[in-house]
Amino acid sequence: MEASKKSRSEMVKEISGTNPLKCMKCGKCSASCPSYEKMDIKPHQFVSYVINEDVESLAKCDSLWVCLSCFACVERCPRDVKPGKIVDAARQIVIREKGGSYLVPDEIPELIDEDMPQQLLVSAFRKFRR
Amino acid sequence: MKYSYYPGCTLRTKAKKLDAYARASAKVLGFEMEEIENWQCCGGVYPLSGDEIASKLSSVRALNEAKVKGQELVTLCSACYHVVKRVNDDMRNVEDIRLRANNYMKLDEPYLGETEVLHFLEVLRDRIGFDEVKKKVVKPLTGRKIGAYYGCLLLRPSEILGFDNPENPTVMENLIRALGAEPVIYPYRNECCGGYISLKDKELSKNMCDTVMNSAESFEAEMLITACPLCQYNLTKNAQSDVPVIYFTELLAEALGVKEEVDANGSF
Repeated sequence: MEASKKSRSEMVKEISGTNPLKCMKCGKCSASCPSYEKMDIKPHQFVSYVINEDVESLAKCDSLWVCLSCFACVERCPRDVKPGKIVDAARQIVIREKGGSYLVPDEIPELIDEDMPQQLLVSAFRKFRR
Repeated sequence: MKYSYYPGCTLRTKAKKLDAYARASAKVLGFEMEEIENWQCCGGVYPLSGDEIASKLSSVRALNEAKVKGQELVTLCSACYHVVKRVNDDMRNVEDIRLRANNYMKLDEPYLGETEVLHFLEVLRDRIGFDEVKKKVVKPLTGRKIGAYYGCLLLRPSEILGFDNPENPTVMENLIRALGAEPVIYPYRNECCGGYISLKDKELSKNMCDTVMNSAESFEAEMLITACPLCQYNLTKNAQSDVPVIYFTELLAEALGVKEEVDANGSF
């Protein structure tokens, strides 16, 4: 159990290519985040969860599905930790597992309207499923 | 001057206006956009995972095609620009991705990030120049107060995109000035509209769109321009506001005097 926890945390670091240990907890990422209020685990806390090797909690959190990948946190991080990439790596770990998709094609007819650009659908599929 | 042109999925469908007004304007400004053959959708979002190759290949194919033609690659859609330019950066600077992508592609000559990716706005600013654009204006938009909405994809991460100052961009404001109108600078012009989240979480996206539109309205913008079909959709559909949000190319075509011609010929 301990070993698998550890490997998932290593996976997050590997997929994201970031070094969470550089974080100095200034909170600028969370202050910049347009989804902050809807996040149960805030961007600066994400970094701490990876340091503490608790990826299980990240894999279950709502924040994975409200992060917009708008890169405000990545741009403004004074330590180049790139919290948005860490959130995306945790999301990847979830959607790459069988049954981990957050969006299935059968849902689409109910979600679309006639003005919706294709860009929205391809983006959502990239972000929410494998 | 001839550029390779990557339209992307949405410009062939819901965002035909973004494309049609740009082509007509380019003609007036003296450059041509030659659509690359057999382009494939960029995927809309850049795959952030360092271990993903397949989802980057459509960009590499487009980039290589421009390289073979010896042309710079122009995009109009913010998302295409973001994705293609970031993949190009990977091909230039990330050894692992460059090696694996080239192993898969088996091109006549490996692609090493040689192509220059330009957004149409960069062509106007850096290749044509806003002074030249101004000279071609036949219907100056005098007295109109117009806000630029950049959103996220054009500006960040600035280290890789190098498009403009990510916190205080000026390119679209300078375009607005060149067209004779007055740019409205408001705080939320570089904050995200909610993007793809609007598919599954409309409420969250609505809040973000309202914040952006309220910000623009409080600074008295009569209209917003954008380069992103998804921003255009979100801000039009998901905000409670009467301020119209149009593509920057529509405004350009109007000032250059070709909008009516495009409207007459286009099937939008």
